[in-house]
Amino acid sequence: MWALETLKRRIFASKTPVLEKEAGAEASGSFLRKSIRPMLLASVLPLALPVYSAEAQTAKPSLDVALLYIEQRIERPPVLSNLVQWPGDEGEQGALLGVDDNNTTGRFLGQQYSLESMIFDVGTDPVIRNEQIKQALAAGPLLVIANLPASDLVVIAQLPDAADDLFFNAQSANNALRNDACQSNVLHTAPSRSMLSDGLAQFFAYKKWKDVFLVEGNRPGDQALASAIRQSLIKFGLKVVADKQWIEDADMRRSASSEVPVFTQARRYDVVVVTDEDQDFAQYIPYNTWLPRPVAGSAGLTPVTWSPVIEQWGAAQLQSRFNKLASRAMTSLDYSNWAAARAVGEAVTRTNSTDPSVIKSYLMSDEFELGGFKGSPLSFRQWNGQMRQPVQLVHANAVVASAPIEGFLHAVTELDTLGYDKGDSDCGKFQ
Amino acid sequence: MTNATVQPDTLNKNAGALGVGLALMLSANIASAHWVYVSNEKDDTVSVIDTETNEVIKTLDVGQRPRGVTLSHDFTRLFVCASDSDTVQVFNVADDTIAFELPSGEDPEQFALHPDNKHLYIANEDDAIATVVDIETRTVVSQIDVGVEPEGMAVSHDGKYAIVTSETSNMAHWIDTKTQTIVANTLVDQRPRDAEFSLDDTELWVSSEIGGTVSVIDTQSKEIKHIIEFEVPGISKDRIQPVGMELTSDGKTAFVALGPSNHVAVVDRETLTVTDYILVGRRVWHMALTPEEDMLYTTNGVSGDVTLIDVVEKKALKSIKVGRYPWGVAILPKDKIPQ
Repeated sequence: MWALETLKRRIFASKTPVLEKEAGAEASGSFLRKSIRPMLLASVLPLALPVYSAEAQTAKPSLDVALLYIEQRIERPPVLSNLVQWPGDEGEQGALLGVDDNNTTGRFLGQQYSLESMIFDVGTDPVIRNEQIKQALAAGPLLVIANLPASDLVVIAQLPDAADDLFFNAQSANNALRNDACQSNVLHTAPSRSMLSDGLAQFFAYKKWKDVFLVEGNRPGDQALASAIRQSLIKFGLKVVADKQWIEDADMRRSASSEVPVFTQARRYDVVVVTDEDQDFAQYIPYNTWLPRPVAGSAGLTPVTWSPVIEQWGAAQLQSRFNKLASRAMTSLDYSNWAAARAVGEAVTRTNSTDPSVIKSYLMSDEFELGGFKGSPLSFRQWNGQMRQPVQLVHANAVVASAPIEGFLHAVTELDTLGYDKGDSDCGKFQ
Repeated sequence: MTNATVQPDTLNKNAGALGVGLALMLSANIASAHWVYVSNEKDDTVSVIDTETNEVIKTLDVGQRPRGVTLSHDFTRLFVCASDSDTVQVFNVADDTIAFELPSGEDPEQFALHPDNKHLYIANEDDAIATVVDIETRTVVSQIDVGVEPEGMAVSHDGKYAIVTSETSNMAHWIDTKTQTIVANTLVDQRPRDAEFSLDDTELWVSSEIGGTVSVIDTQSKEIKHIIEFEVPGISKDRIQPVGMELTSDGKTAFVALGPSNHVAVVDRETLTVTDYILVGRRVWHMALTPEEDMLYTTNGVSGDVTLIDVVEKKALKSIKVGRYPWGVAILPKDKIPQ
């Protein structure tokens, strides 16, 4: 239906030797994939009957909107289970769908969107990588979708050539990026860890699960999430009755039912929260806790920005479009990248401009809103550039609840009960 | 597709060998109430309500995931969009049997029948296409590329324009029905769902579900002349999600279903302001006025019922339980009810 002929995709092979990885992790890229991959979406015409050409009804392209997509592939650490798999094109497909949606609309308005991708393999030398990015950014003021970890994003956003660009953080949940590490040229479509943990805490408060047994994983992301959860529990008047660091000395696949009860032994708690972003051990906790209690966090009841189980609010349509494009289910990372592309599309449509500063002004204004298939319109917070969005609390087969949970009130919008509200954020760069 | 089966609750039919026409002459049974057809999205059925007793009198089995329902202009045929069956089913109103199916393209959601009673304009939600079907020859006449997720469909009373709304492209597309091509596009607020023409075709009304507004568009210029906003006391703005609309023929009033806010707004069309909010069932989406326009029936998806509103008093009178997730509604006038 819509061929993205202008899609250019450059895969950068790693320049430094990388150790052999265990099964499940991304192998070091020593080969270059095809440099151009045309995306042809099959047009659906079940009947061979006269079809009037679309030429008469589409406007001639008068506005070319070029988006730059930058991704640093992440190395996923080895985990216990062989079942844990991360799609290699996570995020990228979301951006492609967003651009595709923009083009379906754009043809009526004389707009043509294209996506240029710079994807860096695991192990790429950061110095060489940043040099290549610098060269791309030197081309002029750009709109950039960044599927990058926080540390890389900050370095790139602070390059002199990046000053006239607008970046969309579509990956990192890092709280500091919404506070003292914020950048005036970076808006966030990915939710912060605090938004996710606030959503969970609101549900606990609503259910009166006041006492929480917290199990913190050993990796930096797990620690950051546990930190966010502790803050959220305080915010909503809940209590941590036990706070333990996970001990990695048992084969959970064999002995979860004997190890976990002992580990979670305590006199009282209402819910067990586990932080384990890489899915190493959390999935072995449910049903094995000392007291029969729900498990939440990285297993069981999980706070996400998107999930294949979201069906309401027209979501089924987005899910099926994504599925047709990517041949797999849409993840949170895909969604955040999609939302970045769509935010640009909406802004360009309403302002008729591709100038990043005009786009940014519009996106930060009261006028911007985006239909995000989660029931509430999406918009950006003026104090730290964070996209407001509902947080879905899900398990593997269904949505359990949608945060903000009903009953949590706010003077302006209930979406601001999640994450850093106006008075809470340290970010001073958007004044 | 299989034939429809009917489960009559109470039904009085006079089908003799002499034929329906003669039966009408002989019969003293003239219906005193209209029939309200309601599609139940999750039950794969259509409920029929009698407007005198306001109870369900029969339930028709239809295809998968029925959404849009509409009657032919001569009221002899009932059209049902069976979205997951990828077809439009055509029922004989006379005896509830399936007459035939129409090729609709994939995932048809909503449709509108041209005044010529011959051309059906169908929105194919998953494929960014609108399909035009000739009912007599049962063929696809045209497929028109539209924006992302087409849903709302309307045809002007003079037959000149067909309107498709694209939910994710946030547009109302104007299709010239002579050439079956798009001749204009009006950008509206987020997630447009329904489109309705005023009786004189001078205005096109488009509801924006996530934008929370209704745009009143001047048909001549194709530009928005007014945007109606809504505020229901005590209800969060995010829950005010306009979907279906009904405009009275006298040009004075419009009703707007406001989704999960569970209210129907009453709009004074002279001033284009909201004068009232009527509480109905949960997640109200679509509505239909009786031929006299003294009663309004609303489908409340989440509570699985239909609310009857007295148009003059602006009051909800009764809730009628139907199937799961009632979606579309169409009313058969009493003088067209088969005897």
